[in-house]
Amino acid sequence: MPTVSMTVNGQPAAGEVEGRTLLVEFLREHLGLTGTHVGCDTSQCGACVVHVDGKSVKSCTLLAVQAVGTEVTTIEGLATNGTLHPVQAAFKEHHGLQCGFCTPGMVMSAVDLLSQNASPSEPEIREWLEGNICRCTGYHNIVKAIDAAAQAMKG
Amino acid sequence: MLDRPGAITGAVSTPRQHDSGHKHVAGRAIYIDDMPEPPGLLHVYFGTSSEAHARIAALDLAPVRAAEGVAAVFTAADIPGENDISPTHRHDEPILATDAVHFAGQPIFAVAARTRDQARRAARLANVTYEPLAAALSIEAAKPAGAMVTEPLTLVRGDADAAMGTAPRSLTGQMRIGGQDHFYLEGQIALALPGEDDEVTVYSSTQHPSEIQIMVAQTLDVPANAVTVEVRRMGGAFGGKETQGNLFAVVAALVAKKTGRAAKVRPDRDDDMIITGKRHDFLVDYAVGFDDDGRIMGVDMTYAARCGWSSDLSGPVTDRSLFHADNCYFYPHVRLASQPLKTNTVSNTAFRGFGGPQGMLGGERLIEEIAFATTKDPLEIRKLNLYGPGERSLTPYHQAVEETTARDIIETLEGSSDYWMRREEIDAYNSRSRVLKRGLALTPVKFGIAFTATHYNQAGALVHIYRDGSIHLNHGGTEMGQGLYVKVAQVVAEEFQVDIDRVRITATTTGKVPNTSATAASAGSDLNGMAAQAAARTIKNRLIAFAAEAWDVPPDQIAFLPGRVRIGQQDVPFAKFIGRAYMARISLSSTGFYKTPKIHWDRAKGRGRPFHYFAYGAACSEVCVDTLTGEYKVERVDILHDVGNSLNPAVDMGQIEGGFVQGMGWLTTEELWWDDKGHLRTHAPSTYKIPACGDRPRVFNVRMVHGVRNSEETIYRSKAVGEPPLMLAISVLHALSDAVASVAGHRLCPRLDPPATPERVLQTIDRLRAEDAAA
Repeated sequence: MPTVSMTVNGQPAAGEVEGRTLLVEFLREHLGLTGTHVGCDTSQCGACVVHVDGKSVKSCTLLAVQAVGTEVTTIEGLATNGTLHPVQAAFKEHHGLQCGFCTPGMVMSAVDLLSQNASPSEPEIREWLEGNICRCTGYHNIVKAIDAAAQAMKG
Repeated sequence: MLDRPGAITGAVSTPRQHDSGHKHVAGRAIYIDDMPEPPGLLHVYFGTSSEAHARIAALDLAPVRAAEGVAAVFTAADIPGENDISPTHRHDEPILATDAVHFAGQPIFAVAARTRDQARRAARLANVTYEPLAAALSIEAAKPAGAMVTEPLTLVRGDADAAMGTAPRSLTGQMRIGGQDHFYLEGQIALALPGEDDEVTVYSSTQHPSEIQIMVAQTLDVPANAVTVEVRRMGGAFGGKETQGNLFAVVAALVAKKTGRAAKVRPDRDDDMIITGKRHDFLVDYAVGFDDDGRIMGVDMTYAARCGWSSDLSGPVTDRSLFHADNCYFYPHVRLASQPLKTNTVSNTAFRGFGGPQGMLGGERLIEEIAFATTKDPLEIRKLNLYGPGERSLTPYHQAVEETTARDIIETLEGSSDYWMRREEIDAYNSRSRVLKRGLALTPVKFGIAFTATHYNQAGALVHIYRDGSIHLNHGGTEMGQGLYVKVAQVVAEEFQVDIDRVRITATTTGKVPNTSATAASAGSDLNGMAAQAAARTIKNRLIAFAAEAWDVPPDQIAFLPGRVRIGQQDVPFAKFIGRAYMARISLSSTGFYKTPKIHWDRAKGRGRPFHYFAYGAACSEVCVDTLTGEYKVERVDILHDVGNSLNPAVDMGQIEGGFVQGMGWLTTEELWWDDKGHLRTHAPSTYKIPACGDRPRVFNVRMVHGVRNSEETIYRSKAVGEPPLMLAISVLHALSDAVASVAGHRLCPRLDPPATPERVLQTIDRLRAEDAAA
């Protein structure tokens, strides 16, 4: 079985995996990072979004071996020294969640959006989130949270 | 937060954040699949039927048993107790098929292996020899034979035939209503741990732990006290985990007890969608008599539902469709009948609204038909037919509608949404716009609150105060994202006047609160809030008696104030006071119990008061349709919704917004499609279109009715909010219909059936143009 090694949330991580092991399986089952969720198994819902070298990726679409040598950030690695990232804080503050299952993927996706576009318009937020399904909130508070996070990060 | 200065944090009626919000955003909220896996865990997968209806002539499982990693294979013969998970105990729902299969996707055997991948691969290796039987896949196919999964219901008041015979105008029609997949983001899952003797613990993603407990016990042939079922949270449920978790939980428990190893069942999303039931699709035949003004005189409607292969909850679901066929309108003479049809498809189940939304769609179709027949605006017909005082207040089931809330909400929204001004503006736009056509509709919702099965309307809670003053809260309700846990914690914080952080919310488990009802029917807060309040008040009464004696003051001079207890002239901090009570040997733990008052229902007679009260709302939706492609946008939605005195306005707003969008998905883009062999072809979000962020209305004005308390004695006079907002989305369907009608000059009722996918909108436009040209 191939050995994979990468940096996950700033720490070196390695393991023996089957060639077909998905990145999300490596994160959840080998590293115990269960904050990244599996929702649809087919790269539709976005619950499994993580960052690979700073870009948002559906971790059920990538093999672990494809992530060798990369810097991976999961939802667990977003806060710094116990302080929530502004996007995390905004989702919490603005009720951008209900059941919470889509939330890690939503947050990771939104962080990538704001890293590329510090002041996204509402249509831009909507379009960016096409790959993230939320079944509970109707997205209203999710958009509000991302907008608020963008303001907070500028301030 | 908007907590009042000097007041406790997390008081009732403050917009408190979800209790797990800080964990959700950090990925630290534990769902069942996130729990550390016990050593030796077995992963379980189902081998399922490829046929919609067939006799199993032969079943060869040798290749499954021989597959890599397989530890054991189980069939119905391995079940020590009953091979049945019918929630109504009708013995029509085998866990694993025996001699025949009744839908494509039905589990036949379960395979347990070291890894999930091994179990999935092995499950495909069985050699099953089928002898096909005739299959009824659709409502049309099932109707002629008329086989039903449960007894139908008929509601009769007055003489509908005679009324329609004497009415100046009458018409008949048919409406087809699509189903809906729940698509909870967290799929079905159960993890079972074998215990000592006959004991087993099951972690199940379920809305109904007590039912899982009973099902596991009867499967294993052990008493209920050997089975503990726990759930901290679900990743969404929407009714899809009221009974549909039974299968996965009982099989996990079976494998755990048979092998002595922990066992987990988590189907892949596609299999989840194929194996589990959905919202019922319906075919409604309607006849209505009315006068020249559009006032309804008589109604006759038959609601035929595709129930699938077993009864599941189809009896109460189809009953509820009839309870809501009136929506907000008085039917002077009425006959309503249900047909819960047996089909060779997945067994349809609870889904937010529980048949009510389908019932309401039928009632709103009548309004629309009458509006076109009398060339009036549908809103005028709606207002003309609203329940009124006296003899115009009786529902088809003889419960009176005593309040004018529906009219009040409609008239307020009519003004705040500028309905009539926009109606003129849209008419003008449509007369000059050749391709794009806009539509507008304002529809109300009246939804009955209570389980129609009276015995379900009970709840229990358990409250402990530890000697340091910290509080432990448990109740029978489950958390699926709706914010029940935080609402009930607010009730307890309010009762003791302590900051909500002092109240520890704990996982729902059958070991703490027994014999609970499903968290369903929007009744979670109503029931569990009252039970928790009762538990808190029992302890409070003991504490007041203690303080009166210990401080020698009259009980009426003892009050729970924010963070402290006032005893006569003295204030004692809460924790210190509790410490004193402990030393004085006061019991600081209590259960609480609640049963909903006033309700009764005689199904055989079709009479009673099945509902404690009604929740109301209304929505005004505007759409724009491209008449060349059938594609459309929801441009603006205005909502006014009644939640009584909200326990938590932030959580309730989330329910309204989310419920509306989920309802919009059901009525617009979400289309379930089975092929002619009975195979579900829409079994993933790639082919089943759930609303995405961009589908949300461009302008979305959501307001709650302010300052109106529930006239019934509910928890702090709040109203249930889980299901009713879903039906606000009926306004989107009617706005689409309004836009479509403009292609034929509003001369023909479009009869646009949901889901109004772009394809169906386009087909309806073509049909209307052809009919209008022919006329």
